[in-house]
Amino acid sequence: MRHRALLNMLEIKDLHASIEGKEILKGVNLSVRPGEVHAIMGPNGSGKSTLSNVLTGHPAYTVTGGEVSFYGKDLLAMSPEDRAHEGLFLSFQYPVEIPGVSMVNFMRAAINEKRKYFGQEPLSASDFLKLMREKRAVVELDNKLASRAVNEGFSGGEKKRNEIFQMAMLEPRLSILDETDSGLDIDALRIVASGVNKLKSDDNATIVITHYQRLLDYIKPDFVHVLYKGRIVMSAGPELALELEEKGYDWIKAQIDNQ
Amino acid sequence: MKEETNKKEAEKQIIDQAANEEYKYGFVTDIETNVIPKGLNEDVVRQISALKNEPEWLLEMRLKAYAHWLTLKQPTWGHINMPEIDFQDISYYAAPRKQAPEGNGEIDPELKRTFDKLGIPLEEQMRLSGMAVDAVMDSVSVHTTYREKLAELGVIFCSISEAVKDYPDLIRKYLGKVVPYTDNFYAALNTAVFSDGSFVYIPKGVRCPMELSTYFRINAAQTGQFERTLIVADDDAYVSYLEGCTAPMRDENQLHAAIVEIIVEDRAEVKYSTVQNWYPGDKDGKGGIYNLVTKRGLCRGDHSKLSWTQVETGSAITWKYPSCVLKGDYSVGEFYSVALTRNYQQADTGTKMIHLGRNSSSTIVSKGISAGHSQNSYRGLVRIAPKATGCRNYTQCDSLLLSDTSGAHTFPVIEVGNDSSVVEHEATTSKINEDQIFYCNQRGIGTEDAVGLIVNGYAKEVMQKLPMEFAVEAQKLLSVSLEGSVG
Repeated sequence: MRHRALLNMLEIKDLHASIEGKEILKGVNLSVRPGEVHAIMGPNGSGKSTLSNVLTGHPAYTVTGGEVSFYGKDLLAMSPEDRAHEGLFLSFQYPVEIPGVSMVNFMRAAINEKRKYFGQEPLSASDFLKLMREKRAVVELDNKLASRAVNEGFSGGEKKRNEIFQMAMLEPRLSILDETDSGLDIDALRIVASGVNKLKSDDNATIVITHYQRLLDYIKPDFVHVLYKGRIVMSAGPELALELEEKGYDWIKAQIDNQ
Repeated sequence: MKEETNKKEAEKQIIDQAANEEYKYGFVTDIETNVIPKGLNEDVVRQISALKNEPEWLLEMRLKAYAHWLTLKQPTWGHINMPEIDFQDISYYAAPRKQAPEGNGEIDPELKRTFDKLGIPLEEQMRLSGMAVDAVMDSVSVHTTYREKLAELGVIFCSISEAVKDYPDLIRKYLGKVVPYTDNFYAALNTAVFSDGSFVYIPKGVRCPMELSTYFRINAAQTGQFERTLIVADDDAYVSYLEGCTAPMRDENQLHAAIVEIIVEDRAEVKYSTVQNWYPGDKDGKGGIYNLVTKRGLCRGDHSKLSWTQVETGSAITWKYPSCVLKGDYSVGEFYSVALTRNYQQADTGTKMIHLGRNSSSTIVSKGISAGHSQNSYRGLVRIAPKATGCRNYTQCDSLLLSDTSGAHTFPVIEVGNDSSVVEHEATTSKINEDQIFYCNQRGIGTEDAVGLIVNGYAKEVMQKLPMEFAVEAQKLLSVSLEGSVG
């Protein structure tokens, strides 16, 4: 465990959230510091994806209580795009297709909006294309894919690689990887994980949401949390992931449900 | 902690605001205009003809058309809600009074300023290179650029009034041959009272070296614009023609009833592109242009090709079906359309592909986008005559809804007269996807820009068919028209 920076980048306190009137998050607490990798695991329906959606501001979810600060700022008061500008990135579990919108135009809009937010001039076309080339290499993304429409006709693996490519382009301070391993074969998994590892630094952090230990063999977490019924019910070091892999979730469920 | 709940609301608002986006071309030019009094009767028809010093045969055609029009009723089959038009409450001829002395090619400075403001400079050196323009204000053509240069190649590009005088044989040969005055109510009306428009003739074997373009501007109040365009591409000729249109913002509705006729001979090709941005009315549906247009091309020659591309964002009501009569063997017809409606706009638009020649083929790609309280309909006919064997048609008809209160409708008719022909029809209707918008948001792109991106992506297949200069304009127009219109 590292303690280089004392300041928390992300501080979630007693977060409650619901969708269509149904409460999913029932008091989540979590602190993340720069340089850390947190894994959030848990059985289906425990609220893992809700947490990532709420943090990034998906309009379908309603926050009913608690607070979230990001570098001291009230994250929940910000629009989804401002959260992105502030350095929050979500690698989607199911990246959507945007037919007819080329990756180049899409990324250019994203990068330049962020620059605008910080009062910078838009990137010149040549600098932008140079950046694209450079970052494509991180996840071995084909030039053909980069020039196609956003996720249109991409295979499952290509979509996930494209997510990490965008992460490389946007250089977020906190990345949430939502089930990035789902639907990936072992080769794609390795490429995606190695991309994430290349982007890791002492200044950024990663939250890995996953069902399985598999991804954690490649992206080593500092902490492992178990989310169950809308709350983090257990937190420990990487050894917890191995234990879950071996024993499943039932023993935790039993423990919590009997309380 | 109400932010999350409010976010959806805010997104809706942004999309709704698009509806309130100001119409950028809504100004009025203060210029002296000769307007004939309101009303329509035989004398008015004679007066228009006399004002233009027309030959007897043309007056006769007008009078026949007028007599026929009197027997017709305003059609009601469109999926549009249009009040009955009081045709006696419209002035049928308005001409900006010339300030500059005639004949020396000078343009009235006020007119020049108007077209400058619309982004259509009339001085040749200021034009985008490679585009000649005929500028039409109200009932008359005020200026045509590059005429001499084109004449060197034998290309005729002038106002239809001048063409009647200078090329009477060509006009007599072709005018009213593709759209006869008996075709429909508005065609009869147009033939009776048409004032100006453009004439294009591309001689045999000539590839027109620049885009030809007509810019239509309605300026005078309480007038109708009835222009007439005639394009003839002789054997092996090629031309790309563009049409743009705007009008001032007014509370009253104004009528625009045009006819476009195109004749394409052996192995010739015509590309006709429209960016239609007539004043659409305000956010409550007050005012706006009634755009009731008959556009049709005859692919008379073997291996001839006609391609219609339209981006329709303006007008309170749009009623038009640019069509192809595919008479020549192996002739090709294409129709690419984006129609965007918002507020209370209504569009009923589509195409007819009439296959008469053997092995003729056609492609239809229609993209409707409806926002606000608007109604957007695709209406299409694909008819393959019994003797037209080996024909093909591919139709793709997509609708995108940006609001719960707008409507998208399709009325396709397919008639296949033989079994060696193949017709394919694909249709989709979708609502703008919240997850797509959120995906953009998460990457730092605000909702308004996201909607612009998504809609332009959706329309891309059609936008790609536009000539470069137009495509950029049209893209901006789509994004601007959409500001605030998802909900």
